[in-house]
Amino acid sequence: MTTVDTSAIPVAGRGGASASRRAAPYLLAFVGAAWLVVLFLVPLISGLLVSLMTGNPEQGYALTWNWAIYRDVIAGGNVPYLLFLGRALFYGATATVLTIVIGYPMAYFIAFRVSQRWKTPLLSLVMISFLVSFVLRINMWKFLLGNDGPVISALHALPFVPADFHILGTSAAVIGTMTYNDLAFMVLPIYVALERIDPSLHEAARDLYGHRRSVFLRVTLPLSRAGIFSGILLVFIDCAGDPVNSQIMGGTGTTVIGQAIQTAYLTNQQYNVAAALSTILMVALGIILFAYARVFGTDNIEDLV
Amino acid sequence: MTTATSSLALAEAGVDPERVRPAGLRARRRPLLPIIYWVVVGIMLVPILAMVVYSFNVAPNHRMSYVWHGFTLSYYAHLTDLSGLWQAFLLSIVIAVLSGVISVIIAVPLALALERYRFLGRTLLSGVVFVDIAAPSIVVGASALSFFLSIGLHTGVLTILLVHITFNVAYAVITLRARLSGNGTALEEAAADLGASPLSAFFRVTLPILTPGIVASFMLALAMSIDDYVITSFVAGSATTFPLFVYGVKTGLPPQVLCMGTIIFVVGLLLALLNGALSRRVRA
Repeated sequence: MTTVDTSAIPVAGRGGASASRRAAPYLLAFVGAAWLVVLFLVPLISGLLVSLMTGNPEQGYALTWNWAIYRDVIAGGNVPYLLFLGRALFYGATATVLTIVIGYPMAYFIAFRVSQRWKTPLLSLVMISFLVSFVLRINMWKFLLGNDGPVISALHALPFVPADFHILGTSAAVIGTMTYNDLAFMVLPIYVALERIDPSLHEAARDLYGHRRSVFLRVTLPLSRAGIFSGILLVFIDCAGDPVNSQIMGGTGTTVIGQAIQTAYLTNQQYNVAAALSTILMVALGIILFAYARVFGTDNIEDLV
Repeated sequence: MTTATSSLALAEAGVDPERVRPAGLRARRRPLLPIIYWVVVGIMLVPILAMVVYSFNVAPNHRMSYVWHGFTLSYYAHLTDLSGLWQAFLLSIVIAVLSGVISVIIAVPLALALERYRFLGRTLLSGVVFVDIAAPSIVVGASALSFFLSIGLHTGVLTILLVHITFNVAYAVITLRARLSGNGTALEEAAADLGASPLSAFFRVTLPILTPGIVASFMLALAMSIDDYVITSFVAGSATTFPLFVYGVKTGLPPQVLCMGTIIFVVGLLLALLNGALSRRVRA
């Protein structure tokens, strides 16, 4: 690794330059590293440690290494936290699969089927939703899909739709807006991965009499694996922890872990319960993503995002 | 065999063989892909279109309704009538711009250090950046709140700004590193060989290389900051940003919210188009 200042060696003298060269990265990284440690790492670790504290909001919390909280949260108590976690993971996984199924053909279309000058406009069109606050967009979906709204009215006009058919309050509505919100996070990394594939590989596969389907399955798909994985990382984590979609689009039967954490924290002020739930969510996500990376194989995770 | 050689010749001539084929032939081969693309994009545009249309609808109860009561511009003229909306919007803009500027200033040296040097703690540090992006918002928000409570910092505008800078630094570092990873230090070395001091080499060589990355991270920071609801909801205290304001409306959105959304959308669209036009000009 050569650095910016090494080339000044002949002028500055060897000893001084190499000392400043050794110091350079630390000087450059200091402010950013300090910021991330103080305002991200320390809060995250201490925030998760709160789960091992006991106490109440009035008298404060003290660290008592109360590991029993995890047993209470998972097994005991009158709130089915495990169900909320399972539901959140199910919603997240379903939404992630849907974004792949919908997003992959879109990314493929932009990467291989349009000319160079149309790629940026078509990609921008996928991201155009980001110009409107997502809370506002989900509220518009809620408005449009409401029981007196245009969509349901139109569906009720059809003969085979039951009279009590509704969309709001169902799991499908929650998963639907999750998919809608995060689709661009899947399209972008897959597009980037597809763009990197050398077109001559496709030519070679076709020259070797590869059928169109086998070229896709044996050349294109494996080479876009890294893109799919970073998409999964972004979409699955975001959806599994999200409280907003379920709160706006869902009903009493769609409560997820994100909402439970919010309620425990902001409404009931059970800080230790909220922290325990956060830790359980983090661990569950970590295990699932690690298992995925192991099964399907991936490069260095850090390089993907 | 002939196709192979001819496409090879085309590739050598720098022509993508795919592009030489008549467009109609390609379209006929796979009509499914464009159909999927346009149908999905169309569906994604539905809520935005509805927002724009209903922002012009007369709302007798000051809540948007399904019935079309007539066209009006009065909600655009009376944006400030809805108490709190304007303040929430301004607060969002101020926090977005401040967190964008500060996070880029913090991220540029950090990205340079991570991308161009090997040093003790480098792996750990890029791991922290990765976790900052990967951690669920709900966990980040809850931890930030308990941290601020434990050090006795009152939640409000300052704490919102601090958490927004924190997640934006991570996004900016990723964006800048992607920009830096392609090119080595050859240009800076050349500058130094020509007698430039490290400082002037930075300002006259490194910074221009980084400029597109800096613009991209700043835009990304603006977007992430203006749109964040989950993390902000934990650390906002009594302060209200635009997403918090929209979320706080319980029974049907007031039309002014739709007007504000439409204005942000149009301004954002114009900025994006301008940016696209300028970058095309630079390339040409």
